[in-house]
Amino acid sequence: MATTQQPSRTTPPGPRPRRRGRLRRIRKDWWIYLFLLPTLLGYGAYTVYPLVASWWYAFLDWPSFAASGTFIGVENFERLLEDDLFWNAFWNSIVFLAVAVPLRVGLALALALALNRKRTPFKGFFRTLFFLPVVTTGAIIGIVFTLLLDAGGPVSLAMVKSGLLDSPANFVADADTSLYAGIAVWVWKWLGITMIYWLAALQTIPQEVHEAAMIDGAGGWREFRHVTLPMLVPFLVIITLIDTVAALNVFDLMQTLTGGGPSFSSEVIEIFIFRTAFQATVPELGYASAAAVLFGLLTMVIAVVQALGIRWARQQTGGAR
Amino acid sequence: MTLPRIAAEPGSSRGLDTPAVQKRSSRFLRRPRPGQTVSFVGLLALAALWIYPFIWLISASLKSSSEIFGSGLNLLPEDPVWANYSRAWTEVGFDRYFLNSVLITGGTVLLIVIRSALAGYVLGRFDFIGKKPLIAVFLITFFLPEGYTIIPITQLTDQLGLLNTHLGVILGLGGGGQIAATLLYAGYFRQLPKELEECARLDGAGHFRIFFQVMLPLAWPITATVTILTFLFAWNTYLLPLVFTLSDPDLRTLAVGMTVFVGEYDTDWSGMAAAAVISLVPVIAVFVVLQRKFVDSIAGAVKQ
Repeated sequence: MATTQQPSRTTPPGPRPRRRGRLRRIRKDWWIYLFLLPTLLGYGAYTVYPLVASWWYAFLDWPSFAASGTFIGVENFERLLEDDLFWNAFWNSIVFLAVAVPLRVGLALALALALNRKRTPFKGFFRTLFFLPVVTTGAIIGIVFTLLLDAGGPVSLAMVKSGLLDSPANFVADADTSLYAGIAVWVWKWLGITMIYWLAALQTIPQEVHEAAMIDGAGGWREFRHVTLPMLVPFLVIITLIDTVAALNVFDLMQTLTGGGPSFSSEVIEIFIFRTAFQATVPELGYASAAAVLFGLLTMVIAVVQALGIRWARQQTGGAR
Repeated sequence: MTLPRIAAEPGSSRGLDTPAVQKRSSRFLRRPRPGQTVSFVGLLALAALWIYPFIWLISASLKSSSEIFGSGLNLLPEDPVWANYSRAWTEVGFDRYFLNSVLITGGTVLLIVIRSALAGYVLGRFDFIGKKPLIAVFLITFFLPEGYTIIPITQLTDQLGLLNTHLGVILGLGGGGQIAATLLYAGYFRQLPKELEECARLDGAGHFRIFFQVMLPLAWPITATVTILTFLFAWNTYLLPLVFTLSDPDLRTLAVGMTVFVGEYDTDWSGMAAAAVISLVPVIAVFVVLQRKFVDSIAGAVKQ
């Protein structure tokens, strides 16, 4: 303690006066903390507390909100790791991610490139149209598509008529295709917003770059490959991160479209958690919390890996966005 | 491939004085390349795919239930059945669901705008003790999935005695999370000139008057953006209202009511379609009216 007292006249000596200074500063800035109070209370109660509490709940045997749980250690986690249905949901989420995100990001980029071209007509109209599903309610879109994708519905009918299918099929009710039907509807619904991200990214590329490429004789594909694409890499990482997290939050659409079925073939982790906690005859809140904790960890790992990717991409472009 | 394009540039400049006119005329003089025609046709085909579900839905909402799956790909209803709408509205209870959605969305927007603006103002313009850890917590929890927090939030709301109330749903939706709104406000307030506050202070205004009479009105573009994004989020949200209203049907929102409809009247497809139209019309109407602002909001939020 004594070593901190340095014989200096310019800096305030010792830790005690400094602490008093901090207190004085906090007292002087009281109104700042008053401004922050709604956020501190709300965020504390509805974000930070759930984050911490989930970990505690994961160690409980807890049958209902009315009862209190009993501590059972890591038993929930042991059970989860051996639960085929949990791993089924886990892999369904991963497949969803791995198929839907590249599809959404890639298709949206192609659209944005087409709509960013000077001479494409009706750009505003197309942009509005592709964006339209984004503003709609996921749960309702899920239900509407159960009708559209029904064996007697227009999609199956059109495919039979055009010879793509031999007999009417319900893609939602087939265990082989239900997850992919969900992916298709999800990409349909959210493509517009990713397209807007890409359009915003493309607008950061100055027109002169395009002109310089033309003078060098690099048009079309070559200009895209060697000029545009490298400039888009930082955006690619950010947009992929946003869409990846979005692909883990698909409860509304999947619950209403397939309900996780048939026979769990399209059950993603969120539906597993919801089913275990709120739909089972004997709710298992502790068990569901353990699954939620693992789900949160998965999201965290993916976000961190991609955040590192963003840093790397920024360094590659010399700190420019 | 590229040569004719370059040659076309000087060719189009004959006799025209302003560059704007040049560009305009060359757009019409120049013939589209085959690649462009192909991509335009592709765009049209995709656009058809994107609009079709909406057209089908409106058509189905005006058909009879047997006609929906009986009339093949025909989109025009034989005889519009408007009764589908009145059935969904009064019998199934969508009037009630609609009111609930409006109340919950309105409350959530208000809550998030107020708390984000207040926090964004001090975060953007002032240094204070605890600022860094606060921002760190915000960033760590930025991507927290909803499925993760739902159980503790339900339990907390239960303990507060708010489980079957509108307020409980509003607090659950708007209390936590939504950090993007705070960061948008902080970014905007940061770049306002320092003189604003100094002038107001010379006039004798306190912190609260400065904020409510000078700063908040100045930040209206951000308020508009946050309102739009929150409106979308709250109107379309499903998991939280579903869980919170499991034991109280009177509190269902449109999205939740719709799924109950499917369970209870599972062959009333035309009623279902009408109910879906009722639920989607407000959000689509707001979008069509404000679409410029919508798109700019989202593009702007991402650039931050």
